[in-house]
Amino acid sequence: MTDLTDLTITQALAGLSAKDFSATELTKAHLTAMENARHLNAYIVETPELALSQAKASDDRIAKGQMGKLEGIPLGIKDLFCTTGVQTTAGSKILEGFKPTYESTVSQNLLNAGSSMLGKLNLDEFAMGSSNTTSAYGNVISPWTRNNGDNRPLVPGGSSGGSSAAVAARLCLGATGTDTGGSIRQPAAFSGIVGIKPTYGRCSRWGVVAFASSLDQAGPFARTVEDCALLLEVMSGHDPKDSTSANLPVPNFRQSLTGDMKGLRVGIPKEYRMKGMDPAIEKSWDQGIAWCKDAGAEIVDVSLPHTQYALPAYYIIAPAEASSNLARYDGVRYGQRVEGKNLQDMYELTRAQGFGSEVKRRIMIGTYVLSAGYYDAYYIKAQKIRRLIADDFKKAYEQCDVLLTPATPSPAFAIGENEDDPVKMYLNDVFTVTVNLAGLPGMSVPVGLSPDGLPLGLQIIGKAWDEATVFRTGGVIERAAQFSARPQGVTSRAA
Amino acid sequence: MAELIKGETGAWEMVIGLEVHAQVIANSKLFSGAATSFGAEPNSQVSLVDAAMPGMLPVLNEYCVEQAVKTGLGINAAINKVSVFERKNYFYPDLPQGYQISQFQHPIVGMGFIEIDMPDGTSRTIGITRLHLEQDAGKSMHDQHPTKSYVDLNRSGSALMEIVSEPDLRSGEEVVAYLNKLRMILRYLGTCDGNMEEGSMRCDVNLSLRRPGAPFGTRTEVKNVNSVKAAQMAIEYEAARQLEILESGGTIKQETRLWDPAKLETRSLRSKEDAHDYRYFPDPDLLPLKLTDEMIERIRATLPELPDQKKHRFTNEYGLTIYDAGVLISDAGRAAYFETVAKGRDPKLAANWVLNELLGRLNKDGKSLDESPVTAAQLSGLIALISDNTISGKIAKDVFAEMFATGKEASAIVEEKGLKQVTDTGAIEKIVDDVIAANPDNVAAYKGGKDKLFGFFVGQVMKNSGGKANPDIVNELLKKKLS
Repeated sequence: MTDLTDLTITQALAGLSAKDFSATELTKAHLTAMENARHLNAYIVETPELALSQAKASDDRIAKGQMGKLEGIPLGIKDLFCTTGVQTTAGSKILEGFKPTYESTVSQNLLNAGSSMLGKLNLDEFAMGSSNTTSAYGNVISPWTRNNGDNRPLVPGGSSGGSSAAVAARLCLGATGTDTGGSIRQPAAFSGIVGIKPTYGRCSRWGVVAFASSLDQAGPFARTVEDCALLLEVMSGHDPKDSTSANLPVPNFRQSLTGDMKGLRVGIPKEYRMKGMDPAIEKSWDQGIAWCKDAGAEIVDVSLPHTQYALPAYYIIAPAEASSNLARYDGVRYGQRVEGKNLQDMYELTRAQGFGSEVKRRIMIGTYVLSAGYYDAYYIKAQKIRRLIADDFKKAYEQCDVLLTPATPSPAFAIGENEDDPVKMYLNDVFTVTVNLAGLPGMSVPVGLSPDGLPLGLQIIGKAWDEATVFRTGGVIERAAQFSARPQGVTSRAA
Repeated sequence: MAELIKGETGAWEMVIGLEVHAQVIANSKLFSGAATSFGAEPNSQVSLVDAAMPGMLPVLNEYCVEQAVKTGLGINAAINKVSVFERKNYFYPDLPQGYQISQFQHPIVGMGFIEIDMPDGTSRTIGITRLHLEQDAGKSMHDQHPTKSYVDLNRSGSALMEIVSEPDLRSGEEVVAYLNKLRMILRYLGTCDGNMEEGSMRCDVNLSLRRPGAPFGTRTEVKNVNSVKAAQMAIEYEAARQLEILESGGTIKQETRLWDPAKLETRSLRSKEDAHDYRYFPDPDLLPLKLTDEMIERIRATLPELPDQKKHRFTNEYGLTIYDAGVLISDAGRAAYFETVAKGRDPKLAANWVLNELLGRLNKDGKSLDESPVTAAQLSGLIALISDNTISGKIAKDVFAEMFATGKEASAIVEEKGLKQVTDTGAIEKIVDDVIAANPDNVAAYKGGKDKLFGFFVGQVMKNSGGKANPDIVNELLKKKLS
């Protein structure tokens, strides 16, 4: 029998429907894999009892012929999504032990479709990071290693590093992530899997611990474009509890996987061809362009002239919003409290001990850029840049239907690398932040390996609300790339 | 006219602007579905949003928006079709989010004005700078435990309207008139109950002194002013404090001060240098609030007749004095009562009866108009009996006392007690003749020039008729017979 953990969601649904195996068996296979892969530290909390009881309920429904869209599919949930009765930490010590009495809309949608939850996935603290090295619950280690004898443990990307590592290492069939500046697409690229950040407003933010509200958006990770399409269909939808959630119908994204790109114009933004870019990345990008052409697409050179200002603008807007969003973690009502001599002292001790250094850095930057006397020079200026960047995309889309770019400037790096200089770390988001600033959908699809054996991803950027064309393009690239590489540890387990 | 303060070095003028926080009448909070009733058990009306649990998001309560628009229209103000909710950031235990969602650069309501009525019968127009919507904070309770403070979040997230006046007020008296008129308008509109004791209307006072005609002086802001009386006292205290400093050559420090209702003084809370930097920025959880002309017009169509309109109509339509009209319209229920009484009756007579007899009597018993044993229709019935000469005004007062005690109709009481006025000239003539016959000395004196004795004859006739003789006929007959 094929290793049940190696199935795609689509294959697993077929197997469950044909009663080749039960949801309980599928879940148990994953729980065993999780036990064997604890060194990766992908999960902060494992919820085997919950997963098995949900699987049992799925088996009962399958027996009655009542299959939900994700019936019996075991998933991992990023620990930024609030889950009823299960500790939700956002990767921070300040929320240690916090068990919400409510379920985020996105994870509830997944449960309603019949999926089960294997556990809560590790992440950078409050989703702030590109390496999953800022979590209070330890680093996540990528299941991938270089093939050149350099055995240093690698980062899975961040902030959704637990999600990407778990999906790549076959510790769940799919996972949720959130993406504020690249936190789905960069880890997907680093881990050789597919991840999509949909249009801002496609998924409800209700019950997702906020980092930067105007940029945060939930999305799925899976090992195929089709699985991502299915997961996103279930996760999406209007939610009256989120004023920024769009009241639009959710298309059947899987239907857009036509396998061809006839009549589509693919834009190649010249500003993304940066000096000193990793040659392997550049090569994969050219390869991707060729695949699109082969599938019938027209290639168009476009310009996104304000790209170079995106990163500075992002690192003003996101910390500004974060500094305010994180004010509620004050030790008064829930989470960690460190008693002090007086109120001020309690606040200071609680927040000093509860937050890690990256979170503190961003709270301080955010507080500074919103301060009297600096607000216009920083926050207002950054908002103007944000508008210019959105306009860049609008203009580009007069000439094309979808954009193709690299997902990251380099393949995965070793844990500890890039840690000396926060700006170096922030540069990881150079290809992804523009998409958040403009609120557009963006997907990372694995296309090949670097010379030292690490996955490379390409990013497909669509028009607002046009995830369908993103999936269609992603499907073509996925099929052409035939990406079949597996993390080393996983290869040996495959049947 | 501005009333000036006489200092030892010359005259000073007070310049006052008010910020009034009015709690919006609504069943649920500004951004959550939690209830808003006053006096509930602590922390029993708190949603996940109000407690700022992780991942919770605000959703704007449209009814509160309508209430703000209605209030804006009621204070003759411009309604801004686009307004923006911003976050005002500061830490306090009764502010769970760590920020208050408020409006800063783009409020929902812009410039407006209200007319205030002074006790001397004059009116002044006071400018309104703006009205914006914001969340209320919770309540810290420092008296529940020897070493700890408790927090009640019931009020957290309730909708407030902050109504900011121009620095147009010049005396404590004007402030009292302003607060009373504003409260009256809010109550007419049904957008705030105006109960300062329950904290549903609170007020901050900005006050400075200047030489008449000089530019504005440095102001202080006095917080915690929780009644109209407190406003007047705080203003008196603060003006005297500033006067003393200025007259002795000192300068006023721009600061926030607190009114202490126990010690009846203001004291410094924080200086300008210690003022919070609230780091306002647009709330990314909420889209800009956009209003359509249709919505504004729909709300305009629901506006009741407002106090000033009613006052002007009462003077024009009913010929009442400004003062009487002002007292009648001060409460919408009272105005409605009056109009029911006045329907088909002499309006001035109706106003007199409502103002002097009814309200006087209710006041004496400590009752409100709602508790009046005499309905408007019953009072109208009484006035009808006066107008058609069934009873005299004097008898009417006795009838009214009976109505007040028993709740009976005036006509029934008149019937029952036989109080119907005697208008039969023959019957009255007989009494007149009897009185004249019984008092020959006085008749002689009257005829001899003591005109004042006429009153004596009227009194005797009325007494003998049991008060029922029609006074006009009595007068006429007496004049004829004594000439």
